[in-house]
Amino acid sequence: MKLDLTLTVDGHHHSLTVDTRTTVLDALREHLDITSPKKGCDHGQCGACTVLLDGRRTLSCLSLAVAHDGAEITTADGLAPDGELHPLQQAFVDHDAYQCGYCTPGQICSAVGMLDEAAHGAPSVVTDDLTGDVRLDRAEIAERLSGNLCRCGAYAHIVDAVEQVAR
Amino acid sequence: MKPFAYERPHDAAGAVATVTADPDAAFLAGGTNLVDHLKLGLAAPSTLVDVTGLTSTEITDLPEGGLRIGAGVRNADFAADERVRARYPALAHALLAGASGQLRNMATTGGNLLQRTRCVYFQDLTTPCNKREPGSGCSALDGWARHHAVLGATHEPADVACVATHPSDMAVALVALEAQVRVLGRDGERAIPLTDLHRLPGDDPTRDTTLAHGELITAVDLPASPIAAHSTYRKVRDRASYAFALVSVAAALAVDDGGTITDARVALGGVAHVPWRATAAESALVGAPATDDTYRAAARAELVDARPVESPRGGTAFKLPLVTATLAAALRGLAENSAQEAR
Repeated sequence: MKLDLTLTVDGHHHSLTVDTRTTVLDALREHLDITSPKKGCDHGQCGACTVLLDGRRTLSCLSLAVAHDGAEITTADGLAPDGELHPLQQAFVDHDAYQCGYCTPGQICSAVGMLDEAAHGAPSVVTDDLTGDVRLDRAEIAERLSGNLCRCGAYAHIVDAVEQVAR
Repeated sequence: MKPFAYERPHDAAGAVATVTADPDAAFLAGGTNLVDHLKLGLAAPSTLVDVTGLTSTEITDLPEGGLRIGAGVRNADFAADERVRARYPALAHALLAGASGQLRNMATTGGNLLQRTRCVYFQDLTTPCNKREPGSGCSALDGWARHHAVLGATHEPADVACVATHPSDMAVALVALEAQVRVLGRDGERAIPLTDLHRLPGDDPTRDTTLAHGELITAVDLPASPIAAHSTYRKVRDRASYAFALVSVAAALAVDDGGTITDARVALGGVAHVPWRATAAESALVGAPATDDTYRAAARAELVDARPVESPRGGTAFKLPLVTATLAAALRGLAENSAQEAR
């Protein structure tokens, strides 16, 4: 079964026709040639496919495209619309927060979404006082980004980069 | 992945009618478990009926002081709600201990309750599994058993054996806090205690819940509960974050000025086919002094009928002392908090 849908990706409007089995990730990569979201595990375990979907960090590999008709999606590519790096992208460069770089677009989208959640007062499981203010120390950053794996093990520098922007 | 149709009915009653009429249709909400199952070949529905937007995404105050959580409320929003954080801390902790930030943004309250076991054999189509393929056997009994049950499992006969565990953290806290589930069927809406939603494998491990095909969870009701404000969730896992529980404890405790326990709620995760309400432990706690000896005796009372998996390639006997230590740690922390508040 094929269905028509529209997606707004990084500010650009797209109309497409997809099989119902198509994930948002495959719609982006295979139908729209937008390859900054990466396919890692394709089972929701690694976070490489993370995009901001209607403003929230989301695993595009576990999202069916037909269930997100009309969605607004921001990829890591879209965070630097005119080639000017987003502060988190710049922080990743400053801190050498990657090795192979495959997980990086997902890490950055996840971190952007996470900072927004924290700015709205969302606690994490390591927050001492569930009803108090959120202070993003290293333990908080690591916990909140635990859904993004880095097989190169660049975690220490990733936390450095996110800490720079969280301050 | 097998082809399927996709429908988005106008309302919840329409969704229920569509799924009820087609034994191969399935509801789709956040999709975090179901879409994975489509990829694994574990699920092959004829039609996915998207219920996103058809059940409430709001948390509302109930007249008697409790909260109603719409089935469409995302796990992240549930955990972040200020009323939940202040009045039901075990629940906020449990939600935040589950999955990852991205998954919590996607997963819904209803879907979380209906997620299926992460037993590696259930998810591996090449191995026997009575839950997936009735009568084929249980591979965990002599396989890699670690996340498996110690309570209420079916070890024999071989053609119905199942030692799978329910994976939800949220459900463990909800069971301890005596939540009710509202369910919409063809004949209208009904409310059932959450402890009646999930079922032990018995002689039919294919069924996780007591719901009929086509019944839709519309909301979860949390009763007003003074003791719930003194609750906690403690989860033990193989890595510090983003892993399922080996053992978890949701507990609430009331202690009087003399150090005697006056009320207790306890539920266990990672130990059974259901989020396990530990009523024997609760009975052992009430009226006893708030001491480590009491906590350990309560764990022993709950584990009296425990039967771990004893596999040549692992087993779950390690969970018996782990339940005891985790329960004691959770209760010790709660008792210390109430002693501090009394000062």
